[in-house]
Amino acid sequence: MNDRVARLRRRSFEATPTLSTERAEIVTRFYRENEGRYPVPVMRALAFKELCDKKTIWIGEDELIVGERGPAPKAVPTFPELTCHTAEDLRTLDRRANTRYATDDDAVAVYESEVIPYWRGRSMRDRVFAHVSRRWLDAYEAGVFTEFMEQRAPGHTALDGLLYQRGLLEAKGQIAERVARLDWLDDPEATRKAEALRAMDVACDAAMRFAERHAELAEKMALDESDPERREELTHIAEVCRRVPAHAPRTFHEALQAYWFAHLGTITELNGWDAMNPGHLDQHLRPFYERDLADGTLDREGAKELLECLWVKFNNHPAPPKVGVTAEESGTYNDFTNINLGGLSRDGEDAVSDLSYLLLEVVDEIRLLQPQANVQISARTPDRFLKAACRVIRKGYGYPSVFNADTVITEQVWSGKSVEDAREGGTSGCIETGAFGKEAYFLTGYLNTPKILELALNDGVDPASGKRIGPPTGDPRSFASFEDLYDAFETQLCWLIEVKVEANQAIESMYARYAPAPFLSVLIQDCIENARDYNDGGARYNTSYIQCCGIGTTTDALSALRTHVFEGPFEMAKLLAALAEDFESQEPLRQLLVNRTPRFGNDDDRADDIMRRVYDSLFRAIDGRPNTRGGRYHLNMLSTTCHVYFGTRVGATPDGRRACSPISDGTSPAHGADRHGPTAVCKSLGKMDQVKSGGTLLNQRFLPQVLEGDTGIERLTDLIRTYFRLGGHHIQFNVVDTETLRDAQARPEEYRDLLVRVAGYSDYFVDIGRDLQEEIIARTAQESM
Amino acid sequence: MRRGLIFDIRRYSVHDGPGIRTTVFFKGCPLSCWWCHNPESQGRTPFIHYERDRCLRCGSCVAACANGALTMTPSGVVVDVERCRVDGACVLACPAQARETVGSSYTVTELLREIERDQLFHDQSRGGVTFSGGEPLLQWAFLLDTLRGCGERGIHRTVDTTGFAAPRILLQVADETDLFLYDIKTMNAELHRRTTGVPLAPILANLERLLARGARVRVRLPLIPGVSDSFDHIDKAGDFLAERGGVEAVHLLPFHRAARSKHDRFGLPWRLTKDGELPKERIQEMSRRLEGRGLHVTIGG
Repeated sequence: MNDRVARLRRRSFEATPTLSTERAEIVTRFYRENEGRYPVPVMRALAFKELCDKKTIWIGEDELIVGERGPAPKAVPTFPELTCHTAEDLRTLDRRANTRYATDDDAVAVYESEVIPYWRGRSMRDRVFAHVSRRWLDAYEAGVFTEFMEQRAPGHTALDGLLYQRGLLEAKGQIAERVARLDWLDDPEATRKAEALRAMDVACDAAMRFAERHAELAEKMALDESDPERREELTHIAEVCRRVPAHAPRTFHEALQAYWFAHLGTITELNGWDAMNPGHLDQHLRPFYERDLADGTLDREGAKELLECLWVKFNNHPAPPKVGVTAEESGTYNDFTNINLGGLSRDGEDAVSDLSYLLLEVVDEIRLLQPQANVQISARTPDRFLKAACRVIRKGYGYPSVFNADTVITEQVWSGKSVEDAREGGTSGCIETGAFGKEAYFLTGYLNTPKILELALNDGVDPASGKRIGPPTGDPRSFASFEDLYDAFETQLCWLIEVKVEANQAIESMYARYAPAPFLSVLIQDCIENARDYNDGGARYNTSYIQCCGIGTTTDALSALRTHVFEGPFEMAKLLAALAEDFESQEPLRQLLVNRTPRFGNDDDRADDIMRRVYDSLFRAIDGRPNTRGGRYHLNMLSTTCHVYFGTRVGATPDGRRACSPISDGTSPAHGADRHGPTAVCKSLGKMDQVKSGGTLLNQRFLPQVLEGDTGIERLTDLIRTYFRLGGHHIQFNVVDTETLRDAQARPEEYRDLLVRVAGYSDYFVDIGRDLQEEIIARTAQESM
Repeated sequence: MRRGLIFDIRRYSVHDGPGIRTTVFFKGCPLSCWWCHNPESQGRTPFIHYERDRCLRCGSCVAACANGALTMTPSGVVVDVERCRVDGACVLACPAQARETVGSSYTVTELLREIERDQLFHDQSRGGVTFSGGEPLLQWAFLLDTLRGCGERGIHRTVDTTGFAAPRILLQVADETDLFLYDIKTMNAELHRRTTGVPLAPILANLERLLARGARVRVRLPLIPGVSDSFDHIDKAGDFLAERGGVEAVHLLPFHRAARSKHDRFGLPWRLTKDGELPKERIQEMSRRLEGRGLHVTIGG
């Protein structure tokens, strides 16, 4: 990276996340002064316009891409209309050890005097908790599921190429044309539609005003600038901001700035999950890149510099502060923008270009927390691109993650999208599948599958609290067969899914009614034509996901019960007693359960058949239920960091897992369960009918030595290609460090699956002698120097 | 049906021939190299290995043994070898996997089923199966049947051998083998006999037979401290191979302390007096000397 980027990167890296009350103050004042004057969507749009008009504009030293959501980099605004933090929340944010947001006394004072008195009882969070049923609350508190929309808006979306072809002035023209076509005589919805369209129109004005203010500031700064080079840059920035987003971009620079304004508009209007996402950035930028290169107005280094300036902007925007359960399920500054590279074009051709490689170079050298990047690998993707990605993976940052473009497309076609829209779709957030620019796919919350099994083993009562959470399904000591147990599990599952969905439906409706997103609606296709908001089913496709966690732990626990109780010598009562005391006096039994149970991840049908059955039960309980937006519920298998939180709510499990320790993540095997290497893991995962979900997640751990040299890269690409031939959706690699190896020495049971390159061969780290372990640690440390 | 004694099957093996491989370790070896990386493979019969660190002292194994061969002591389980019939009851009873049978019996069909599990990975990477050990040729009849089965299934077959076998057997195996990994421990005949327990001459003669027959062979030269880490040995090996011609590649295998740690684990004496790894520059010089003779050299693998 060049000096400018290095300086920008360093400043972004070193900036402390602070909490800014500017947005809360502007919105609160506006609402107080205008309450009741406008229909809700218009009110939302006007509040957004007020923000674009009043908020502090920031253009930093060295910047080429401009615009901040807050008054300065990493100054994070709050969204009291969604979640109105208490004074205590703010103090906690300031004090907590992880994901801290510096908050001063003035902020607390403003909240106490202005923000809290207005929003208490009016925020979406308050509305949600006032609505939900007692049984929902009990299950929520027991850790059976989480609720995504209790403090952030839905979002989870990414953009397609529309942004680069249509300016907001043209969008306003489309809106006006749609208004003209409203059928006031025969359409009883005409008023509601007119309100939605008017809101979208106002939102366009707001975003254009926001850009214009950047142009004004840049012009002013140019006048005061003594350095002629910087003066010219500022003048150019002003020209760019006068062009986009009002008009379609013409150059590479304008295209990047157009995206960034769309991004900022979306995350200023509402606090949607996963911020915003440019989707297939290499595909969108390619025409601009090639044209500018041909014109001689841009070279490869110049393009890279602009891209890296954009990367820094992402990193300047930590996720807005989360509290409570949501902070536990997603405790990170990362706001989950996940840029897609490679994949297929709309007409099914391989979409890898020089720009894809250039973006990989950016990912490789910039090494910031945000944005994330992934590669979309189709059977048509050349090996050269996959290998280039693997060389970045080998460096051990944990990215890019790798997706099977063909599976991602099939998932979408299977759930009813056109194949072209599916190809323009991809992955956002962590591993979630969606039709970019055309779909509102809401994640509604995580489901704690092992907890549901725990309830089945306790007649529907949560052993932690003694409260009844699920229906009575009988005393497990009376179960005559594994089938009796499985029936109880399924009964609990279906019942609890319904408890969750009941509330989801109401929460979705609340967002449609009280928290529309008119600016986002301009960006997502068909909202204008349908004259409906993004949060109200306006998009072409509308999906609701429930993300099921812990299928590995659930499978192993069921397998242990079948092997040792129903087909083995142990009494159910004895096992339940051991679980109740967290194996305190039963270490041999615990080890037996850990070591002598067929477990998921070993290409062993005895376990994998149970996994298939659990997956199918989850699928049948969730898939196809109608949501409130004209779409349907689908299964998703993501866990983010929720498997850690969920683990704290589940007692000891029959697979020998101790109480409160994490459950398995995503669709990965439980920690230490897979003992036959990565090919066996892939084979086990291959038995899951992954295309019926909206995404699975497989974590694999490798030591750098395993991936050494060209051979290491080739074997890694072969592993990925074969997993994808088996239908895998996603795989990512953790190339481990010394700290992990030390931990592996202290708790070997957790690291049974850690492969290390010993000499001319590979071995399991925990299976080699202590002295050799020390030696490998020394080697790794040298490598990381 | 013929049965073979196998002590390990490793998937995603990436250093035992081309591509992703499944490596099958045959138990039993005519050699007893001081530096053996798999000393548990040397004996021709199964035995039960006890991993003291994992033992919970729960006594499950003692109770499970029908022959009364096990006794619990404060320092762990002690076995009476006279009474132990290696029936594996204690292994099944142990909750902590502290007892492990080294050497399991497979039919050809069973073994083929294990190999075929990763066939898609083999296909993708142009990999296959590698038969290693121990010395796979020691169980030659079983090996031949398995090699034929792999051949019928289009699975690429590599045999990793010491070369110490009857020529007739070796040539029969060569008919069913796509690639040999062939070890030369040391070119010093006296040292060879002393540190491996067998003479060098038949091994070199067998290598000549394979090359004469046109077999694909990659020769492996382990660099054992004090045994085969001298330039003299490398020069001699280089001259021998260059004169015969036809060797596809030479692999220089840097010695690794893993072997010693494994001897300790299995309670076997360690007889190598010199220790430590060779400096990189020295290995590179060895590589240059071999390349100077027109040989294709790789370090490691």
